[in-house]
Amino acid sequence: MSDQSQCPVVEARGVGKRVASPEGELELLRDIQFSIMSGEAVAVLGASGSGKTTLLGILAGLDTPSTGTVLIEGVDLFALDEEGRAAVRREAIGFVFQSFHLLPTLTAVENAMLPLELAGRADARAQAEQLLGRVGLERRLRHYPRQLSGGEQQRVAIARAFATRPRLLFADEPTGNLDLATGRRVIDLLFEINREQGTTLVLVTHDDTVAARCTRRLLLDGGRLRDAA
Amino acid sequence: MSARAPVLAARMLLRDWRAGELRVLAAALVVAVAAVTAVGFFSDRVRLALELQATELLGADLVVSADHALDESLLERGGQTLRRAEAVEFPSMVIAGDQAQLASIRAVSREYPLRGHLRISRELFAPDAEADGIPPAGAVWLEARLATQLGIAVGDAIDLGDARFRVDAILTVEPAGGGIGMFNLAPRLLFNAADLASTGLVQPASRVRYRYLFAGEADAVRTFRAQVEPALGRGESLESVGDARPEVRGALDRASRFLGLATLVSVLLSGVAVALSARRFIARHLDYCAVMRCLGASQRLILGVYGLQLCMLGVASALLGCALGYLAQFGLESLLGALLGIGLPAPSMRPARFGAGVALVTLLGFALPPLLHLRNVPALRVIRRELGGPGGARLLTWLTGVAAMAALVWWQAEDRLLSLYILLGAAAVLALLAAVAAGLIALLRQLRHRVGSTWRFGLLSLTQRAGTGVMQVMAFGLGIMVLLLLGVVRGDLLQEWERELPEQAPNRFLIKILPEQVDAVRDFFARSGLQPPELFPMVRGRLAEIDGRAVAAGDYHEDRARRLVEREFNLSWAERPQPDNRIVAGAWWGADGNGAAEMSVEVGLAETLGIRLGDTLAFRIAGAELRARVTNLREVEWDNFRVNFFVLTPPGVLDAFPATWITSLYVPADRYAVLNELVKTFPNVTVIDVSAIMDQVRRIMDRVALAVQYVFLFTLIAGLLVMAAAIHASLDERVRETVLLRTLGASRRQLLRGLATEFVSLGLVAGALGALGAGFIAQVLAHNVFHLSYGWDPGLLLIGALAGGIGVGVAGVLSTRFVLNMPPVQALRGL
Repeated sequence: MSDQSQCPVVEARGVGKRVASPEGELELLRDIQFSIMSGEAVAVLGASGSGKTTLLGILAGLDTPSTGTVLIEGVDLFALDEEGRAAVRREAIGFVFQSFHLLPTLTAVENAMLPLELAGRADARAQAEQLLGRVGLERRLRHYPRQLSGGEQQRVAIARAFATRPRLLFADEPTGNLDLATGRRVIDLLFEINREQGTTLVLVTHDDTVAARCTRRLLLDGGRLRDAA
Repeated sequence: MSARAPVLAARMLLRDWRAGELRVLAAALVVAVAAVTAVGFFSDRVRLALELQATELLGADLVVSADHALDESLLERGGQTLRRAEAVEFPSMVIAGDQAQLASIRAVSREYPLRGHLRISRELFAPDAEADGIPPAGAVWLEARLATQLGIAVGDAIDLGDARFRVDAILTVEPAGGGIGMFNLAPRLLFNAADLASTGLVQPASRVRYRYLFAGEADAVRTFRAQVEPALGRGESLESVGDARPEVRGALDRASRFLGLATLVSVLLSGVAVALSARRFIARHLDYCAVMRCLGASQRLILGVYGLQLCMLGVASALLGCALGYLAQFGLESLLGALLGIGLPAPSMRPARFGAGVALVTLLGFALPPLLHLRNVPALRVIRRELGGPGGARLLTWLTGVAAMAALVWWQAEDRLLSLYILLGAAAVLALLAAVAAGLIALLRQLRHRVGSTWRFGLLSLTQRAGTGVMQVMAFGLGIMVLLLLGVVRGDLLQEWERELPEQAPNRFLIKILPEQVDAVRDFFARSGLQPPELFPMVRGRLAEIDGRAVAAGDYHEDRARRLVEREFNLSWAERPQPDNRIVAGAWWGADGNGAAEMSVEVGLAETLGIRLGDTLAFRIAGAELRARVTNLREVEWDNFRVNFFVLTPPGVLDAFPATWITSLYVPADRYAVLNELVKTFPNVTVIDVSAIMDQVRRIMDRVALAVQYVFLFTLIAGLLVMAAAIHASLDERVRETVLLRTLGASRRQLLRGLATEFVSLGLVAGALGALGAGFIAQVLAHNVFHLSYGWDPGLLLIGALAGGIGVGVAGVLSTRFVLNMPPVQALRGL
């Protein structure tokens, strides 16, 4: 992996995405070009259906672009195979999703442990417990997701996302399923830990107040990306 | 596979278990293994016990016999591990006063017999008791008919060769020496081998048979057999347990078929339950995989983790199931121990291995394809839930699962014909169930526009989930079919079988009736107030050639074949086949077939000796030869104690040969004195008592009936699990729908009625189809496997539909009702 001070953490080069639809081919993304440097917090804004989530999926290597490519810390994601991309995610990337995606059969602490376990870390439980303490859930360690409120679930998801100390965090509408007050507390937490760990943050949202807390805002409109004011 | 996979797999297994994800799957596996191993352990022990009983008929586990005394070096190969006894056997005249009779003399050593017991009575036709050892020196035990023929009683003296003996007791039961057919038995006289020399009867030229009996652990017997068999020379032969009497063998064959059927059905049912729950498990873990992919888990890691997880589950369930199965068969032992009359030997490990095989094969067979599919779940599913659903691999799953089960059943089956019928029957019924279910669901879809709103809810959800609905109808239908089938088999087929051996089945055979005595014997019975029996002619001949090839015992490997070739056959003639005979190949001769050179051969004999339809057989009869072509093969019910023959010709063919007549009849216990009278009136006629063998067959029937009932319990549990798994299969979808309807304001009453409608319609359809399937398979089994007549029972359809509707309706509503009792959001969170 190349020197982080030299190259961007995320670099999109001419990313385009077309999908087949009943009304013919649909162009979701068109020639997306940008780079994000280490430590930046970038918001991707846009209306519903503007392709924000599609872009996030491609940036994280969860989806493939029709044209162009994405470099993570200088590594061309789409020159790698599926296994290679999984390794990059394991190595460098954390996720927070709109619908939390906690595993229903795992307790809070086990959910937070999962990425550490996948990375083969022996201190997984201690790490996870410490992080859950950090998000204020030290009394909810043995609770199952169904026993937690939405805000609590998202805090577990944040603990999980930061568990492996990723250099890059993707957050997809992290407050989309939460009420205003809860959403605000969750966002506070996200930014706090982001700062503590020096993580680069890419956040998809349609909430201007959330976007306002980012260092940079990009607007996705008609499949094209431009800097938002 | 990553080194982390086993650790992760173990952790996830524990977590899934704790979260209740694996309960139905594990229960299905445990029940499958427990059912299979309980039946396996039990039937294994019964099989060993019955073999042990069969050894009683032989008096040993293995007999080496020869026309000369055998070298000690050969016999000592048994070493210390085998017990040994000896008998020297020869025909000789026995003289009492001025009466002389030919008898089959047997001088026996102190240990004789090694298996089973001699029974004697102290008076003619008096109740008998188990003998303590063998006749003391200077004494003989002899059969009742020998005493009658000689006109002597216990306490009298007889001369045998140069020695004089005292008649010490009447011999009533002797574990029969194999190799001596039932019909060429001269009456037996038994005495102590210590007295043999004093008779002076064993001379170099005399016809003496030396029998060396061995008994011990099965392994030791096998080893000994393997050592001795190749060393045997001319005039030396081996007899072992495999050659039980045909009557007992017939009963045992059916017994093992009934048990085999119950086992098979448990395996199939459990397989379906495993399939259904494995599918649900995989479906519920799609998100799990997507998240793991997202967090950077490689495909190999995911495959490894889930593969290992299922293997661990399989192994744990197999161990638990085997343990339960083992315990369950102890329960069975306490239930049946007294009835069996003999101790059950310890079971072999074979059933445990098969049980473990069942767990792993069903689990991997049904879970592997969806598991491989899991590997390909795209990480993108975390943001696009519709991706990578479980549907793609559905057909493949069922095909591989069914293939795995079929292979398993085929591998395990002792009776491949039965397995084939069950597998084909199950496949046909499943296909039929699927087709009819799809049709009915389409019909319901039309119907839902014409019914009230409550019905519409239920029918709507049923028709909208057509795929799941069809699968559920199949699973419920299969479950109900198997339960009904077992009910039918347990009840009707067993009854049908017992009816074949009625209370008044023949218990005596009369043989060696001379042609001129036939009418006199009939009159004798008419005068005695007993039903005059049907008499059959019998000609004795030795098989000389099969299709031009000379027949010699040495050409055959099997003991039974060798003995059949060495001994004389009983040939008879008949215009029509007996009602219990069934032509399985070729055609019976017509009314105009009299005198035609044709033969009808019993199919078992034909298989053993390699006789095919169309072969020309040559028999040597009293110095002359008879040649005839085999024009049909017959199946004979040996276990009903009627007179039957291996080889039949049309009337007229055997006229030139000397014949005696034979019959079987039922003599009530209080009329046994008539037999004394008969023997006195016709001294040449021999009476053979088959009631002991018949009792044995009856006892086997009773045991089998009990065993099938017991096994039925397991199958019942497996059947209920299938139902539970089928209900669970659509549980998640149903909860979602119900919550949605609840949110939209549906009342509890409306929802309950909707659920009830859906499950009751499912149950009605499945029950009716299952009943049809059960009736159909019962027909096929009755006719082709058990050879019993079984009629359609129209009540079955009604029972099936009602039981299905009520059972599935109640179970379905009970298991989904919880949704109605909790706030919608909470219900959704649990998914």
